[in-house]
Amino acid sequence: MDRPVNNRAWLLVLPVLGIVSFSALIPLMTVVNYSVQDTFGNNRFFWNGLGWFSELLDPSTDQGGRFFDALWRNLLFSAIILTIQVPLGIAVALSMPRSGWRVSASLVLLAMPLLIPWNVVGTIWQVFARGDIGLLGAAVNGLGIPFNYTQDPIAAWVTIIMMDVWHWTSLVALLAYAGLRSIPDAFYQAARIDGASAWSVFRKIQLPKMKRVLLIAVLLRFMDSFMIYTEPFVLTGGGPGNSTTFISIDLVKTALGQFDLGKAAALSIVYNLIILAVCWVFYTVMTRNDARDVA
Amino acid sequence: MRPQEALAAPRVRTSRGWAGRITLGLYLVFLLLPIWWLVNMSLKTNTEITTTLTLWPHNPTLANYAKIFTDSSWYSGYINSLKFVALNVALSLGFALPAAYAFSRYRFLGDKHLFFWLLSNRMAPPAVFALPFFQLYSAVGLFDTPLAVALAHCLFNVPLAVWILEGFMSGVPREIDETAALDGYSFPRFFVKIFCPLIANGIGVTAFFCFMFSWVELLLARTLTTVDAKPITATMTRTVSAAGMDWGLLAAAGVLTIVPGAIVIWFVRNHIARGFALGRV
Repeated sequence: MDRPVNNRAWLLVLPVLGIVSFSALIPLMTVVNYSVQDTFGNNRFFWNGLGWFSELLDPSTDQGGRFFDALWRNLLFSAIILTIQVPLGIAVALSMPRSGWRVSASLVLLAMPLLIPWNVVGTIWQVFARGDIGLLGAAVNGLGIPFNYTQDPIAAWVTIIMMDVWHWTSLVALLAYAGLRSIPDAFYQAARIDGASAWSVFRKIQLPKMKRVLLIAVLLRFMDSFMIYTEPFVLTGGGPGNSTTFISIDLVKTALGQFDLGKAAALSIVYNLIILAVCWVFYTVMTRNDARDVA
Repeated sequence: MRPQEALAAPRVRTSRGWAGRITLGLYLVFLLLPIWWLVNMSLKTNTEITTTLTLWPHNPTLANYAKIFTDSSWYSGYINSLKFVALNVALSLGFALPAAYAFSRYRFLGDKHLFFWLLSNRMAPPAVFALPFFQLYSAVGLFDTPLAVALAHCLFNVPLAVWILEGFMSGVPREIDETAALDGYSFPRFFVKIFCPLIANGIGVTAFFCFMFSWVELLLARTLTTVDAKPITATMTRTVSAAGMDWGLLAAAGVLTIVPGAIVIWFVRNHIARGFALGRV
């Protein structure tokens, strides 16, 4: 559908522009402002140029070392999350019931974890995985495997990953299911006439039709796993040691805990730019696909 | 796909037989186990929780829930949360509806860049905004009010609302707009009387998503409030008393935060799949 050019449409967009500028642009300008200044306290600031940035991006300094450690942790976490959640989500979507009340029931149950406040998700798993009062922790310990997420970094990572799979796989599943619903019956009839196997139906019909929504799923999951804060904050508080300190946790510690404004601001900007760059790539691929589908 | 087709073909070809049922069954058990454990704990006394590991409460008690419903420092948390969530849903929809219409119907100078810029705010980590928000809302005198949290959550909910609504609006043929204009409808009247009812499902789904992301957020809500507008999620992070963690109370508060979400899902259950695809299927 070709949309007509009409620059008066700007008038309809103005309110959104106003509110988002108020809640995004002004704070971002504050951050930029802090990132190039230093202070001796008493609200007296002086120009620091790119000092904070060069410190942040130099792994040999304390600040830079912490940043790169947290960055690798974040990237590893996002990679693990995507490799588990995308295939699992597709599998769940493919095993949804055909029709009737069981579809509604499954959908409601699937969506449940998505509507639980993030700190409650942290609390649920904090309790569930504890060795003394939690079902999971006690069961694993009962099998003779020592499991204590407050002491052992591996156990902490396993718990956080299980928690995230529990929390967000449903999103991928619901998106994949929406993609599957858009496939007309005729495609399947044609496949049956051709005697196609279940695997080739999946490869040749279902997967291509799901491609668009799966891209949205990967984009959303990457973004949200890359900015994860609340759940690990509640569950482990970044520990044991620093083993689950992701960038967000480090940032909040620097900004609101130590009140290190310059360092926190520089970190915010670099963090934001990384996410923005990755999302721009995804967005470009997505809109190009859309354009090709319409043509 | 046209809306009529979507209604006519709700059946989905998914894998038949045991493999599918077992996959789904196991997954749903995995989803429900931790929730059930929380409910189980909320009905126990702290002695039972810390001394024995029981699969169901042997001495069921509602004392934890009673405490939340009678202690104003607890139940006011729920009221505060519902206040800013409701405000945020209203604000997000009010701002996003006209903008989504503009994006779905017209091309204009810089539209693509503007759209990506809006989306980029959904992608910005809330941790980045915590400190500047704290200063901004203190400066304008909104600190510790539900309005502050509602406005702060607009940061990610308005772009999301524009994105979802645009998807739904693009499914409505433009001939309808043109016919209404020929029939002498003014734009505002057309928009409210004809267009909005046509995308009622989309509006419902969008409201659901705004509710969801505002309800689950903790970082900004906690940063922008201290006493008067403190949300339940922030109250929950402080249940450590002199006698140690009050696990039963924490679990009961957690269960009560799940309830509003469960109610809202029930209303949108038939549109949820399309909604999660941002109206783009």
